[in-house]
Amino acid sequence: MTKQYETVIGLEVHIELATKTKIFCGCSTEFGGAPNTHTCPVCTGMPGSLPVLNRQVVEYAMALGLATNCQITQVCKFDRKNYFYPDNPQNYQISQLYLPIARNGYVEIESGAEKKKVRIHEMHMEEDAGKLVHDEWDDTSLVDYNRSGVPLVEIVSEPDMRSADEVIAYLEKLRMIAQYLGVSDCKLQEGSMRADVNLSVREAGTKDFGTRTEMKNLNSFKAIAHAIEGERERQIELLEAGKEVVQETRRWDDNKEHSYAMRSKEDAQDYRYFPEPDLVPIVISDEWIDEIKARQPELRTEKLERYRKEFDIPQYDAEIITESKKMADLFEETTAICGKPKKVANWLMVETFRLMKDNGMEADDLTFSPANLARLIDLVDAGTINSSVAKKVFEKIFSEDVDPEKYVEENGLKMVNDEDALRETIENVIAANPQAVADYKGGKEKALGALMGQTMKAMKGKANPGMVNQMLREMLQS
Amino acid sequence: MANRISDETIEYVGILAKLELSDSEKEAAKADMEKMLDYIDTLNELDTTGIEPMSHVFQVSNVFREDVVTNGDSREEMLANAPQRKDDSFEVPRTIG
Amino acid sequence: MEILEFTALELGEKIQRREISVREAAQAALAQAEAAEPAINSYVTLDPEGALAQADEIQRKIDAGELAGPLAGVPVAVKDNMCIKGQLTTCSSKILSNFKPVYTAEAVLNLQKAGAVILGKTNMDEFAMGSTTETSYYGPTKNPHNTAHVPGGSSGGSCAAVAARECFGALGSDTGGSIRQPSSFCGVVGMKPTYGTVSRYGLIAYGSSLDQIGPITKDVSDCAAFLEAITSHDPKDSTSIRREDYRFTEALQDDVKGMRIGIPRDYMGEGLDGEVREAVMRAAKVLEEKGAVVEEFDLGLVKYAIPAYYTIASAEASSNLERFDGVKYGYRAAGYEDLHSMYKKTRSEGFGAEVKRRIMLGSFVLSSGYYDAYYLKALRVKALIKKAFDNAFEKYDMILGPAAPTTAPELGSSLSDPLKMYLGDIYTISVNLAGLPGMSAPVGKDHRGLPIGMQLIGNVFQEKKLLRAAYTYECATEKQFERAAELSGTGAAPAGTDGAGQEDTAKEAHQA
Repeated sequence: MTKQYETVIGLEVHIELATKTKIFCGCSTEFGGAPNTHTCPVCTGMPGSLPVLNRQVVEYAMALGLATNCQITQVCKFDRKNYFYPDNPQNYQISQLYLPIARNGYVEIESGAEKKKVRIHEMHMEEDAGKLVHDEWDDTSLVDYNRSGVPLVEIVSEPDMRSADEVIAYLEKLRMIAQYLGVSDCKLQEGSMRADVNLSVREAGTKDFGTRTEMKNLNSFKAIAHAIEGERERQIELLEAGKEVVQETRRWDDNKEHSYAMRSKEDAQDYRYFPEPDLVPIVISDEWIDEIKARQPELRTEKLERYRKEFDIPQYDAEIITESKKMADLFEETTAICGKPKKVANWLMVETFRLMKDNGMEADDLTFSPANLARLIDLVDAGTINSSVAKKVFEKIFSEDVDPEKYVEENGLKMVNDEDALRETIENVIAANPQAVADYKGGKEKALGALMGQTMKAMKGKANPGMVNQMLREMLQS
Repeated sequence: MANRISDETIEYVGILAKLELSDSEKEAAKADMEKMLDYIDTLNELDTTGIEPMSHVFQVSNVFREDVVTNGDSREEMLANAPQRKDDSFEVPRTIG
Repeated sequence: MEILEFTALELGEKIQRREISVREAAQAALAQAEAAEPAINSYVTLDPEGALAQADEIQRKIDAGELAGPLAGVPVAVKDNMCIKGQLTTCSSKILSNFKPVYTAEAVLNLQKAGAVILGKTNMDEFAMGSTTETSYYGPTKNPHNTAHVPGGSSGGSCAAVAARECFGALGSDTGGSIRQPSSFCGVVGMKPTYGTVSRYGLIAYGSSLDQIGPITKDVSDCAAFLEAITSHDPKDSTSIRREDYRFTEALQDDVKGMRIGIPRDYMGEGLDGEVREAVMRAAKVLEEKGAVVEEFDLGLVKYAIPAYYTIASAEASSNLERFDGVKYGYRAAGYEDLHSMYKKTRSEGFGAEVKRRIMLGSFVLSSGYYDAYYLKALRVKALIKKAFDNAFEKYDMILGPAAPTTAPELGSSLSDPLKMYLGDIYTISVNLAGLPGMSAPVGKDHRGLPIGMQLIGNVFQEKKLLRAAYTYECATEKQFERAAELSGTGAAPAGTDGAGQEDTAKEAHQA
């Protein structure tokens, strides 16, 4: 390969909104659930049923639009996108083509050391499709409409990205914004965030875009990165061989790490969009926009600035903690209860992240309550438990959200400050370890550690280490 | 008049509409469509420059429902009319090879 | 037999006074239906058992003082494109030949709340596409005034059932004239209300922006009472409009003094049958004599309504009918190879010729490259048509004209030339495009004894004006044109065998 090529990438990102109900009916959006248990005449396309728009969907979409610097379309409408597929019960999807809710925005990403803007062409509301499960044995597919009608926002970027790294940075940025706004949990595994990649290559330095392909079915950052690499190479190979790239939709197979053209005479891709006659226009007043703006929660940059002013914690900690809304919320809520930001940050930065890593979890998977972590910190500060016991208790809080006071009580984990009991134990340890005692008296300070350990072990870890240390020294003097 | 519908067009529209027409039906459909399109073309006699396309007659807007779950599990009802069901799902010919 | 002579309101009153029981009323209508059906074929589904069970339940409620409305206990029929829970709802199509909805349409629920007894589901043109009720998979309905003629369509079953006294009132739906034209052909009163006045929830859609449910009744008073019963603001239908006034029966006043009525010259010229024209002009004269100010004017754009309508309605229909695919309900073809062949076989076998014709046209006008030229153009023309009506209503309280250019054509004479059939909708179609209320009331008969109807068109939300004018006309003419069809007098055999024979032929024709 003699020529240098540049990759040009635009993304269509689907984000599932965290509403309680579907976009056009009162069915629950809860994930999971036995097939077809969250369905009704509307979301199964029964004859005569009609859609009614969920107000929350519009407000979430507006929030996303505003947070990504878009212009809100103040008279927006829904259109029908017509195509036959069994996961699409009406055989048309209610979406927006002509007047999408938001347009002309951007987000800033960090690309290497530099900051870069990725422009957003438009953002629209639409309904999700149902789920198809394929039966290998009898050559059939099974349709579950639980996801049918779950609200989506599709964010269409301009072709502003040049590498897989930039794509991932853009996706992470969108995810953070959506999570901060509380409009979506953006879990790629559960499909609440999905991306279609439009990619073309061109010789470095040229201005015209090459022919692009669209890749679908990318459900992890890893798959996205691999698909981009694979598609870039495939297109360059074609061009180098003097062939042309065909504009087409390709499906990524994550197992085989390969993409396939989705070509069929029956998929004409002529969607015959027209205005949805069953829904009326949405008119968004300036007041409504202001209201959404006012309700907009603090985003990360603002949060970092506030942490710097309010809390005496290291800048590095603040950055890690604010990477996810969930972690930042945990930090703020726990701090609000116990008033000890430094200690809270410490528990999150060390023990929490360690346990998350051990369990392969993300911040959003955390289930423990701020109140229990705050209580644990107070117990340590009050000298009720020592720090090694505290770590054990925290593991219980992390996994089962136990009340630390109760747990310490029930399991007899309180630090022993009883001088008589300690004295008796230490006397026994001194008597049983003449060699160590002799070593210590002979000037080997290290031997004290061994005696400490023996004492702590005899006290089942619950002794106050400070007291043990002091009493041991005193008793060895005599 | 002007409109001529080709075999390819009828084939294509059949794919969009998921209708399979016999040869005689195709011929009839071509003739019907040509006639109707000629008729529809009379609309071009009207100057509609500057006229906004009217999809809704009334200026009604912002009809919403609140985000409250109102539907329970009515799976059996939804599946009751299924031409073919398997367990708790609708069954269709395999969608992906 | 006397029971059958009553209007719905008269019957309702007798039921309230315990002079007639609800069961007696239902039995009388069912017996009449049993006698008339072989000749008329108004019903796709007649449900005697269910009707009698409803009758007993309603009687119980009346006796308990829970139901006292004017329509309580009145036997009615519902067009087969409105869902009723658990009851076969076919749209007169093979593709829904086994479909039992899991919920009931809002308009029907309202009628049930008013205490009406639903006898069954009436025949129609398949998916309401047609003007003769001949495109039904279940055979054509015949005009009770002369069974060699069509009842009109698409609500032909509902209109024929009322005219043949097989029920005391019925619901129809009107997308381009489907209530008003068959009402005119069958000599009954039919109203298409302002778009958004009756909920469309549970009405199986044809052209969503044009469809509207309305009453078909024996006289104007019944029309007002039925309208009052079925109208409501429905949060389940986003296009449903909250009206300030639903008390339509208040409009039943014998007075049109000072009312300004315009007759469009464009409605009275070429293409209009002479007898129809005479009857309509006579009706105008009657209203004038009662104090209305009647004059002719130019409405304009009349000939563009049909092409605009068929573009918009076919486009919407092509999308609305996509859901009939053999996956979730209804018919699924046998012997398919894969998913797409299942779709194609199911839809090709399940839909009749007229439905396929409109789906093809609708898919084409929306397809890539044609959307602007056809669909958007039609929506722009729709805006112009609306404007023409707005101008007219600055001068007039209502527009008067014929409901159809002719009286009911003979069976089998229309389907061969669709374009000609479409032209029969010329006076009704623009009313749907503009979302206006329109009603048809009997004003005479032609030399063959076939009914003629006048059409009254009002500005949006002005149903009351129409009812008042029609009521005044009815009072002046002593309902002479609203007599029910005399079945025996028109040569229709009460237990006719030819009806059944024709039904089979029609089914074969449909499948061919």
